[in-house]
Amino acid sequence: MTAPALEAPRRDVPRGDRFGLRDLVRESAAGIDARPARLFLTILGTVLGIASVVVTVGLAQTAAGQIARRFDAVAATQAMATASTTRGADGSQRATAALPWDAAERAERLAGVEAAGLVAPVDVDGAAVTAVPVNDPSAPATTSVTVLAGTGGLLDAVRGEVVTGRFFDAGHDARADRVVVLGARAADRLGVSRVDRQPSVFIGDRAYTVIGIVDGMQRRTDLRDAVVLPAGTARADFGLAAPEELHLRIAVGAGPVVGEQLPVALSPNTPETVTVQVPGGSGGVREDVQADISTIFLALGGVALLIGGLGIANVTLLSVMERTGEIGLRRALGARRRDIAAQFVLESATVGLLGGMVGASLGVAVVVAVSAAQSWTPILHLGVVLLAAAGGGVVGLLAGVYPALKAARVEPIAALRGGV
Amino acid sequence: MTALDLLAGGDADVLGAGDAAAAGGVPPVVELRGVAREFPGDPPVLALRPSDLRVDRGDYLSVVGPSGSGKSTLLHLLGLLDRPTSGEYLLDGEPTSAATEARRTALRGGRIGFVFQQFHLLPHRTVLDNVLLATLYSGVPRAERRARALAALDRVHLGHRLTFLPTTLSGGERQRVAVARAVVASPGVLLADEPTGNLDTHNSAEVLDLFDELHADGLTLVVITHDDVVSARARRRVRIADGLLTELA
Repeated sequence: MTAPALEAPRRDVPRGDRFGLRDLVRESAAGIDARPARLFLTILGTVLGIASVVVTVGLAQTAAGQIARRFDAVAATQAMATASTTRGADGSQRATAALPWDAAERAERLAGVEAAGLVAPVDVDGAAVTAVPVNDPSAPATTSVTVLAGTGGLLDAVRGEVVTGRFFDAGHDARADRVVVLGARAADRLGVSRVDRQPSVFIGDRAYTVIGIVDGMQRRTDLRDAVVLPAGTARADFGLAAPEELHLRIAVGAGPVVGEQLPVALSPNTPETVTVQVPGGSGGVREDVQADISTIFLALGGVALLIGGLGIANVTLLSVMERTGEIGLRRALGARRRDIAAQFVLESATVGLLGGMVGASLGVAVVVAVSAAQSWTPILHLGVVLLAAAGGGVVGLLAGVYPALKAARVEPIAALRGGV
Repeated sequence: MTALDLLAGGDADVLGAGDAAAAGGVPPVVELRGVAREFPGDPPVLALRPSDLRVDRGDYLSVVGPSGSGKSTLLHLLGLLDRPTSGEYLLDGEPTSAATEARRTALRGGRIGFVFQQFHLLPHRTVLDNVLLATLYSGVPRAERRARALAALDRVHLGHRLTFLPTTLSGGERQRVAVARAVVASPGVLLADEPTGNLDTHNSAEVLDLFDELHADGLTLVVITHDDVVSARARRRVRIADGLLTELA
């Protein structure tokens, strides 16, 4: 007899009838199912690892959302430009240059600038501000309100609001009309509560018509205590030399661009004489904070995950030792080494995936709970959650490789000497 | 098709009787030609001296011998769990000594049924699952697996214990489950290693009666034992002592 002739009776088993994926999945599931208590302990490490990663990312994202919201509301849309100052020999601050009077118009032409307005203190040379000029030498000195000059866009730029009447505009400014707008507290002090009768206030002995009362102005709260003149009027009547500050309201995220362009726009020849204060880019600070938090906690999560993986590897290895008899039996029943290895890898990967899913769910629950306790809006990308759950499967897969190889190397003869 | 037909039909299929007959006569199920097994060491241990053995289809052979006589070595060789150091082992006429590990594994799954002293049932799986286990690796058509497992369990008179766990069964019942698992893939030969070693007299008789029934149905059996009572049930007896096989009349 020759070998080829003997090959003839070999029965070729159709692929579908061999030990396939369905059988593999079923056998692995049964292997996992057999020891529920151990399964719980096995996945614990992975659960904690995945959960801490999800919590870390989730809380970082949530906190970033909080920081962004708080910062964005006021700070991220507020900018200011002043003339650079230098310290003189006598120690006093002196401006090295002046902002141009049309700084507001120039700034408004820049992309990202939504409103701009100049403001400057007016030196009234000791003149009293009163609602009624009374020359009474015996009267006590009244507390004087400050006098400031502004341009039409100022109110909008510093987030002020008109209580009654109106704010002055570029026309009043250009004509140097003798009108004023009162800050709410200044109006209180001067006894002006309505403007429909065109009340006047006197600065020294010049009368100015009150056209409006304004309030708010979070960026320059001193405006509430001030009498505000149009800049043109202040220049004509009090010889105002230069504007002090340019206030800007900008679009969210426009800070860096405005900060770069504004000095050139205001002073094309000597942009270095303009000092600009703008908010950072789209939360540069926030990103730094987030990065710090994430790095620390992700490192912790990674360590937990590593421990989880080692836990799975350990338990799977233990399981291989325990099930030596079963492995021997399967080999005797015709299982190939790769069938045995595949079964243990799949068991380990499944355990890891279970741990990943439980951990991801737990992580989401923690993020939601913490957010609820802090009255935050929980923010967590769905992709992160799914990726974390899958990550558990990968950890299990990697952890199962060594035990599976060990299982595949089991010699059936030795294995069958013991029981199952 | 009845359950028994399924098993019997599968039997003929496994043996490839038609092809073998065409090649000139039905080859013996098991044929050892000068097979020896030596374990390396100082000095080397000759566990099985060069031996010839022929087991024909339908034989019921027992191998008796005291412990340490080489019984286990013979079982491992017959079960393709070990390779001889010399000689040739033909299983259904196919030489196996130099066959690839993959081929030997396939032969082991398809042509040999094992029954062990310790039963080797998976404790967390039902009786039916334990029997189905043998169909997974041996290439039993997927559609037939369940029907065959049920038939095999019926044949060992355990059709009413399908969903039981092995731990709840008596020793005799456990060994009968193991026998069902061994025959479910319709092997050419059933190799039993001390099948009654862990059983009392009553349960032993139960298993031995089952062997008689299977033999009557045409199954080829090789039973390895140290127990003369077990060996006495076989049609042919072979003694092994100090690695030497001798046929008893």
